Amino acid sequence: MAKHMQHDIDKLKAKIIAMGEAVEDRVYQATLSVINRDPAKANAVIKGDREIDDMEVEIEEDCLKILALYQPVAIDLRFIVAALKINSDLERIGDLAVNIAERGVFLAGQAQFAIPFDLSAMVSLAEKMVTESIDAFINHDVRLAHHIRAADDTMDAMNREMYTQLKGMLTTDTDHVNNLLHVLSVGRHLERIADHATNIAEDVIYLVDAQIIRHTPELYDE
Amino acid sequence: MVEQSIYPKDQKMVITTNQVNFFYGATQALFGISLLIPAKQVTALIGPSGCGKSTFLRCLNRMNDTIPHSRVEGEILINQQDIYAPGTDVVELRKKVGMVFQKSNPFPKSIFDNVAYGPRIHGEKNPRRLAEIVEQSLQQAAIWDEVKDRLQANAMGLSGGQQQRLCIARALAVGPKILLMDEPASALDPKATTRIEDLIGELRTNYTIVIVTHNMQQAARVSDYTAFFYEGNLIECDQTPKIFTNPREKQTEDYITGRFG
Repeated sequence: MAKHMQHDIDKLKAKIIAMGEAVEDRVYQATLSVINRDPAKANAVIKGDREIDDMEVEIEEDCLKILALYQPVAIDLRFIVAALKINSDLERIGDLAVNIAERGVFLAGQAQFAIPFDLSAMVSLAEKMVTESIDAFINHDVRLAHHIRAADDTMDAMNREMYTQLKGMLTTDTDHVNNLLHVLSVGRHLERIADHATNIAEDVIYLVDAQIIRHTPELYDE
Repeated sequence: MVEQSIYPKDQKMVITTNQVNFFYGATQALFGISLLIPAKQVTALIGPSGCGKSTFLRCLNRMNDTIPHSRVEGEILINQQDIYAPGTDVVELRKKVGMVFQKSNPFPKSIFDNVAYGPRIHGEKNPRRLAEIVEQSLQQAAIWDEVKDRLQANAMGLSGGQQQRLCIARALAVGPKILLMDEPASALDPKATTRIEDLIGELRTNYTIVIVTHNMQQAARVSDYTAFFYEGNLIECDQTPKIFTNPREKQTEDYITGRFG
């Protein structure tokens, strides 16, 4: 029985890794479509979301099957609960990649316009956080999970900085108000992606330490 | 020693064991078991075969006394009374501490006589009082409605699940405060098992229950506290939800997740 369950849990892990890699790539492609004014790439991300949705459903069904067949307890139970929540976070990250790609489609249709903010730093950090959150989950790495939580503060600071800069431009560069608002949205979406990576990190801490630290950051800072 | 802190502050304890050792001849089966059994709660004892959980259970009403060359050390207090103190009336003890076994063992007598057996040997002769006790016990064991019209029928004609509930009624008939259950549902089908588990849930309102089970999901379903035994040692005792979500000891986790050995 334990072997059967372990086999199914291993398969589930592999699917979560695959989904993590897929959404990470979507975030990268979507942001690239904005920076490079590439509507084809943006549309590919939008169309490809169906695959992410299918992966999410499949992973959820696998988790339910393991719960029903093996009634896992202790670390195994916490793993499945964490997997279910991480699955939802990854799916939401996929949706946010679509939202970014939609901004890409819009901006590509506009007259040439220089993005007045370095989005690449934000996108690099968001991607890194997503990748590391999945690594932390697979390796039960609480230290890495804490680093991700710390990185979220950096992301929040970048987002605030972008907001301040763009706010100033909105009053001076009135020709590009619409474009600037779309760029602001991209930053917001990247910041939300980082939040989902942080949720995953918090689920890893629950998985390993059985401590629910959401909503109480001050109690569990490393 | 199990920490008192796992129990609510006002929880009354019925059984206290201090450093209990048990020997089958030269073989030691229990090593320094110190455990508290809370009143009107269900405590499950789990662990692999040969871990000492049934031996420990049988120490609680001195069922092991009948085993030749066996020996108990340490202290077992039930309501502050040392049950191994010289002069202890074992019959009186077993009246207070009833037992239900894995295999139902009704006497080859009528349903009525099975339940009336205990009260009769304890001196109850009044037929009306006996009838009351029989009905009340069968009601408490959730079998009254199934047998009330055939109390004089032979108990051996009942199904396995009914026989086990009859044995529970028989145990209740002498008015125990504590019920020891040694794998009470392991020989029953899922439906009969559910009835026994439901019954345990009802009985815990009035009785202190200690149950040995190999079925960990059953321990999770029916008990308030779970104690994990391994190789004659008490490894961990805690509130059941804690044991099954986040046990303190690695050995407990390995056992309940099936990674053992």
